[in-house]
Amino acid sequence: MVRRRAYGRWFADAVLVLIVLGLIWTSATNPNFQWDVVFQYLTHQMILGGLVTTLQLTVLTMVIASVIGVVLALMIISDDPWLRGVAEAYKWLFRGTPLLVQLIFWFNISALYPKISLSIAGVGELFSFSGNSITPFMAALLGLSLHESAYMAEIVRGGVMAVGHGQGEAAKAMGMKPMQTFGRIVLPQALRVIVPATGNQVILMLKTTSLVSVIALPELLYSAQAIYSRTFEIIPLLIVASCWYLAVCSILGVGQYYLERRLGRGHKSKR
Amino acid sequence: MTNQTVIATHPMVEARNIQKSFGTVEVLKGIDMVVDRGEVVCLIGPSGSGKSTFLRCINHLETINAGMMSVDGEPVGYEKRGNLLYELRESQAAARRAQIGMVFQHFNLFEHKTALKNVMEGPVVVRRMRRSRAKELAMAQLEKVGLAHKADAYPSELSGGQQQRVAIARALAMEPKLLLFDEPTSALDPELVGEVLETMRALAREGMTMVVVTHEMSFARDVADRVVFMDGGVVVESGPSRDVIGNPQNARTREFLGNVL
Repeated sequence: MVRRRAYGRWFADAVLVLIVLGLIWTSATNPNFQWDVVFQYLTHQMILGGLVTTLQLTVLTMVIASVIGVVLALMIISDDPWLRGVAEAYKWLFRGTPLLVQLIFWFNISALYPKISLSIAGVGELFSFSGNSITPFMAALLGLSLHESAYMAEIVRGGVMAVGHGQGEAAKAMGMKPMQTFGRIVLPQALRVIVPATGNQVILMLKTTSLVSVIALPELLYSAQAIYSRTFEIIPLLIVASCWYLAVCSILGVGQYYLERRLGRGHKSKR
Repeated sequence: MTNQTVIATHPMVEARNIQKSFGTVEVLKGIDMVVDRGEVVCLIGPSGSGKSTFLRCINHLETINAGMMSVDGEPVGYEKRGNLLYELRESQAAARRAQIGMVFQHFNLFEHKTALKNVMEGPVVVRRMRRSRAKELAMAQLEKVGLAHKADAYPSELSGGQQQRVAIARALAMEPKLLLFDEPTSALDPELVGEVLETMRALAREGMTMVVVTHEMSFARDVADRVVFMDGGVVVESGPSRDVIGNPQNARTREFLGNVL
């Protein structure tokens, strides 16, 4: 047997190899990359501090957005037209305006409400907060969470819809209360659909947090900018930041794989 | 057919003039039916005759538009205080449903749980039983349907017949006073129907009160005490199973049986 020769593929492979080699060659020999500077700053205190802030923002945002997202999804699924309407309006507002605008808006909330407080007649003030004391971190967390929750609502809703109607019905027929049915039967199965999509959102969010550099929150990108604004080593510091983003995304990808495998229990034969 | 002594005065299921519409479609047009304790009643009839809807009204998966449905002397979905019926809160309705087992056409086993966990779920969550006790009970029920060796299998690893037997075990683990079957063998490969019917026969012999929507005429004839033939949302004919299936009086019943037997 003589196999057919894939000349076209060989040619394409050869071209690609040349391009890749060229890229490696130029990045290794072009002194403007300043690899020594990259290595020098890779574990710089400010960079590591920025990385921690980025991770904190990512984790907190996703946790808050997931909780709000589940609540919104339940509202959208509910039979009550008011709950549904409010949730739809929320989604419309936060998905329909740019995140960058929302971040700047929350950072400047004091211009709108110098003081935010909640008081109940006869009980007194429960909670008071000066708009001027909003920190960049709070503004960032608020902006990212509210924006992300609108997307999480859709993901959760999609997951819940993917669970067969009979599952909830069987639980109901067994005498489970609505919240037990949702929490024990529907949501765990919906997670099989929700988790992969949420994994993508986490990876996206990790990089989206770089937007908050506009409100001077020293996360990873802003820390790199802070350094290169002094040293003018722009490219090396962008490479430093990119290395960390890539490293964390790679770890997240591995984590996602194992989490999905665990959630897939009972569905082995259907894969 | 059962020799169980009837102690309580009220029947297990009592339906009076049950009416149910989905939008403008009238599905049940005044159904009357009584099921006594220990009795096995089969509902037969063509698709769309309202059998399944009626069954789902018995455990309040559907709410009725008119009429009176009661199970074990208590109105379904309502509570009688004085002369008024008060609609039950979700949690109260759930507590009532817990006393009625239901087996579905498509099994509806919880796909993320093993057979054992499926059967344990009700006892642990609804009956608030200790896990160890619930596990014993669940294993006993799986043993009863002949699937103790599949306790750790997920539903996707079981055949249709096995899934349905686990679903029966799951219903039994709630120790229900009434079991409802909604076409339990309709989704099965023909060769798997027998094992499920055999399990149901055993339950009937034990004196379990059962209402079964089915297309298995031989099962209805041999196992049911009574057969109710429904068509177009009304009861056309009902009576002892041998009479209705062996010697139907109504022309519509004869036509239906002529087509399926």
